[in-house]
Amino acid sequence: MSQYLLSTYVVEGQVPGAPSTPEEMQTFMKRVMALEAEMDASGTFVFGGALHGPDAATVVRAGTGDVVMTDGPFIESKEHIAGFYIINADDLDAALVWAGKVVEALNHPIEVRPFRATGRVKDSVPSGS
Amino acid sequence: MNQSVAAHPETTDVERVFREVYGQAVATLVRVLGDITLAEDAVQDAFVVAIDRWRISGVPPNPAGWIVTTARNRAIDRFRRAARGQELHEQLAEVASTARSPSDDWQEGGPVSDDQLRLIFTCCHPALRTEHQVALTLQLLGGLRVEEVARSFLVSESAMAKRLVRAKYKIKAAKIPFRVPAEVDLPGRLRSVLSVVYLIYNTGADDPERASLRSEALRLARALVELMPEAPEAAGLLALLLLSESRIPARTAEGSLVLLRDQDRTKWDRRMIAEGHAIVRACIRRDRPGPFQLQAAIQAVHCDAESFEATDWPQIVALYNHLFSIMPTAVVALNRAIAIGETEGPSAALTALDAIAPDLDHYHLLHAARGTMLRRLGQREAAKAAFERAAHLATSEVDRRFLAQQIEELAKDGALRQPRSDGSSGPPNETSAR
Repeated sequence: MSQYLLSTYVVEGQVPGAPSTPEEMQTFMKRVMALEAEMDASGTFVFGGALHGPDAATVVRAGTGDVVMTDGPFIESKEHIAGFYIINADDLDAALVWAGKVVEALNHPIEVRPFRATGRVKDSVPSGS
Repeated sequence: MNQSVAAHPETTDVERVFREVYGQAVATLVRVLGDITLAEDAVQDAFVVAIDRWRISGVPPNPAGWIVTTARNRAIDRFRRAARGQELHEQLAEVASTARSPSDDWQEGGPVSDDQLRLIFTCCHPALRTEHQVALTLQLLGGLRVEEVARSFLVSESAMAKRLVRAKYKIKAAKIPFRVPAEVDLPGRLRSVLSVVYLIYNTGADDPERASLRSEALRLARALVELMPEAPEAAGLLALLLLSESRIPARTAEGSLVLLRDQDRTKWDRRMIAEGHAIVRACIRRDRPGPFQLQAAIQAVHCDAESFEATDWPQIVALYNHLFSIMPTAVVALNRAIAIGETEGPSAALTALDAIAPDLDHYHLLHAARGTMLRRLGQREAAKAAFERAAHLATSEVDRRFLAQQIEELAKDGALRQPRSDGSSGPPNETSAR
């Protein structure tokens, strides 16, 4: 079993294809809840959520002796991560089936990325030869 | 595969066997080991052993089986030597148990074929970019060395090596599976496999220096038909390649492109045409048309004609209409417009071309087709401008030479003051009708 990050992005503060009316919002919520119920039932859902915008972000760096904080996101960019799911899947094809369902429910593109390692470092045995 | 047993094989024998069995052996080892790089290393190890062993004892009757068995044993050795930590021991046990399984013994037409089928679907997975799909397919299925793949795509060997490493990294990291896709996904996934093979063929067709890619594509298409006899589009692709290939001997003369109109049809390969026609007929009987089958049917009509004039153009336009209904691309519309030039005349063709011009403004064949139709209408200046734009956009030397020739002939038209209404120059080389 592998784990994959399914992430969604805002572009210039806008989520493309986001619901704009209360009715749209209602059907959107219904779709997403149905999807998440399906993820739960099949043991696919690991974690997920929607993030506040980059304006709420703080970057923390180790300075010379001091920890330095800066207001704003790590990367100044038009695109920012808006939310994500972490899912269990046997392989990429299985992850892509879920990705297809997520795209249909959210109505905007997502990125699928495999985890190289998951869990606590102490639990992970270095793999590879 | 079972060639006569040579008593004292030379290195060239090993090279020949390498080309023939590399793809099969790697595909089987990928299944056993679950890892492309390990499989390739093991197969290469086996060939190193083969060079020594076969020089003394001759090429075994079943070289592919010998290579697979030796590669598997080499892989097990590697695991033993490298064995450190529980994980590796477990992997070793798994490999050893698989290796002992009698079902793994190599048989012609047996599991190896299925292994190759699995691997080509992995290589052409839509999560990989097209140029990576093509490179992987040529290396892992075609047995081409990195420098050969690099030469075919006019990139440096180190750039190609990087490309291949990146593609293999993604397969491993993202866990792209080694298996034939589920029934529901099969048509779409097969399309991407067939497109890669067609792209390999066209890369070879566009440049005489890369002609070996054409035979590689034909070999892959043939293998796909053997592996998936129930897939009509695989048959369609094979027929399309055979019918295109049959005309290659007549397509160039003295380094210049010869139009379909002017080709010496006695130079066409009749054996390939007969095979292509038989496949097209079988596809028609099966009645599950798709883009490759329809393109093959169009080529079948061309190959059926004794002369350009005797071509059944209404049938070709009808087939393009059908093709456009399932594959509504601007390039299909371009080829249909050229065929319309033969049924309804250059004026109708020009109207059709102008409708798609905005979509194909950077495609030299659009401008070449416009030039041809304008010339037939006697509009010399406009024709010249179109041919010049085409020459500016053309990517191959053969195409540029052909277009320069068109511009020269236009000047002659002018000197004679006799613009011909039917045109002495035919439609430009259609992308699918070369």
